[in-house]
Amino acid sequence: MPALKVLLKKELLQFKRNSFLPRLVVAFPIMIMLIIPWVTTMDVRHVSVSVVDNDHSQLSHRIISKINASDYLTLHSVTGSFDLSFKSLEHGDVDAILEIPADYEKSFVTGSAKKVSISANSVNATKGSLGSQYLAQTLAASVKEMRASLSPTQVGDLVLIQNRYNPTLEYRNFMIPAILVILIIIITGFLPALNLVGEKEAGTIEQINVTPVSRFTFTLAKLIVYWVAGLIVISIALVVAWLVYGLTSVGSLLTIYAGALLFILVISGFGLIASNISSTMQQAVFFMFFLVMVFMLMSGLLTPIESMPKWAQYATYVLPPRYFISIMRSVFLKGATFYDMRFNFLALAILAVVMNLGAAITYRKRS
Amino acid sequence: MKTNDNKQQLIIQVQNLTKQFGAFTAVDHISFDVKRGEIFGFLGANGAGKTTAMRMLCGLSYPTSGSGSVAGFDVVKEGEKIKRHIGYMSQRFSLYDDLTVQENMELFGGIYGVKSSELRHRATSMLTRLDFLSEKDTLVGSLPLGWKQKLAFVVATIHRPEIVFLDEPTGGVDPITRRQFWEMIYEASSEGTTIFVTTHYMDEAEYCNRISMMVDGKIKALDTPGNLKKKYAAASMDEVFRTLARGAQRGD
Repeated sequence: MPALKVLLKKELLQFKRNSFLPRLVVAFPIMIMLIIPWVTTMDVRHVSVSVVDNDHSQLSHRIISKINASDYLTLHSVTGSFDLSFKSLEHGDVDAILEIPADYEKSFVTGSAKKVSISANSVNATKGSLGSQYLAQTLAASVKEMRASLSPTQVGDLVLIQNRYNPTLEYRNFMIPAILVILIIIITGFLPALNLVGEKEAGTIEQINVTPVSRFTFTLAKLIVYWVAGLIVISIALVVAWLVYGLTSVGSLLTIYAGALLFILVISGFGLIASNISSTMQQAVFFMFFLVMVFMLMSGLLTPIESMPKWAQYATYVLPPRYFISIMRSVFLKGATFYDMRFNFLALAILAVVMNLGAAITYRKRS
Repeated sequence: MKTNDNKQQLIIQVQNLTKQFGAFTAVDHISFDVKRGEIFGFLGANGAGKTTAMRMLCGLSYPTSGSGSVAGFDVVKEGEKIKRHIGYMSQRFSLYDDLTVQENMELFGGIYGVKSSELRHRATSMLTRLDFLSEKDTLVGSLPLGWKQKLAFVVATIHRPEIVFLDEPTGGVDPITRRQFWEMIYEASSEGTTIFVTTHYMDEAEYCNRISMMVDGKIKALDTPGNLKKKYAAASMDEVFRTLARGAQRGD
């Protein structure tokens, strides 16, 4: 296809001559990878705690020093009355109050343990619930230690929790594979869509439409450039993940790239449809943005699909990022193989065919 | 070049070509022929339907009804085949602003499968003739309008089409540039290319072999400029135009 060669040369020249795009392809993944993993964390740290100590026992001191030592909790103050602590909570200086009742330590010896109360500010639901959980855990640990010193024969934990695949419970490790999804959507979905609509706005597409070049050849020449750009972006992001966060894929990189390539096909198909049905950049951007919102919020990127309502869970089956995010996380963190992920790959392949058929149908060389 | 076959002589044949957009009839049953090698002027007021008619002939738009052929191919069914044999310069003379003069020529020539050695040869000779060879590595976006138009014409004819469609090619440029532009048109015509041109300038109409006058989607008159002036007892094409367009409903 000599026309493809000519058009490819044109696209490369235009890409190179654009003052913005080549820099974007390098800078964008680096910036995103350096910033986003730090800020999109659901880990709750430094929960500020005020302790109301009505007991003044060895146990209450042990609890207070444990809170002080914790990375997740920060001891704000130790007061003698709940009201005093509550004022700080209302003020916003304190996230949670731990009230230790009088004679708390003694109550253990007598056998009927008194109850400790935890009041947490749950305006931020995640922080509130995790904060009180951490406090309860710290409390339990202190009580266990005390019991152990009282009767050394007592056995240890009743429950043993192991966090497999992400042993340190780093939220970052969970986010990094998913960030690649965003990068791909922008580089291989947004950019070609805007490029095509740009040709419509400039009128150059009409000059092409009046030549014998097929729409397939014309579009393919554009997409090849962005496909390659997409793969470069992913590679840069993977290198940053390794260098900066020490995170490497447990599973095969080949599987990762295979998934990425399929996903790129799906997303660029999406971009093409967007550009076909839009006649201005504004329309195309709005259309793509709408889709990206749905993709980001419904594909399990930030919140697990399993906790969505049933109807929403069914809706996610048509969202391509759902499958790719699942592939990325499973392969990256668990070392899943292509075979393990075969259904996700199949779903992506089907969506790729559907999207690109849709793009072919909506493209009009003639009106 | 010329054969006795009448079909060969007529490069464009159109019968009752019509284009409707909903209830609006942009082009209303037009019929005409264009002879091979002719400079055919397609005149009409703004909104008369010239561009729509031209787009149908170029395979950019489907006719609602009617039939026709361009370069021997059916305008309804063989749009893509027509495209191999024509050149087209739109009102917006759409070259790529971020490519150089030379790159634009190589792109549009290459699309039609012209070999790159031949293409370079043609580009050089055409630019030399325009005395523009020194600017071959200039980005098109930084050129003045008049030059963009001349280049658009060069690009539209670089693959040596049998017929070239020009949609208001001289809109918005000075008289000298317009004159140069028409010299280019004559040169292409003398090499055997058929020219199909729309224009608003009635002095340009005089340069055409034959002209058609479109009013409200219909062809009101079609003849040589001389015959038209005689028929309407007018001193200039300007007068002919005003006589014919007086009844027009559409326009700005």
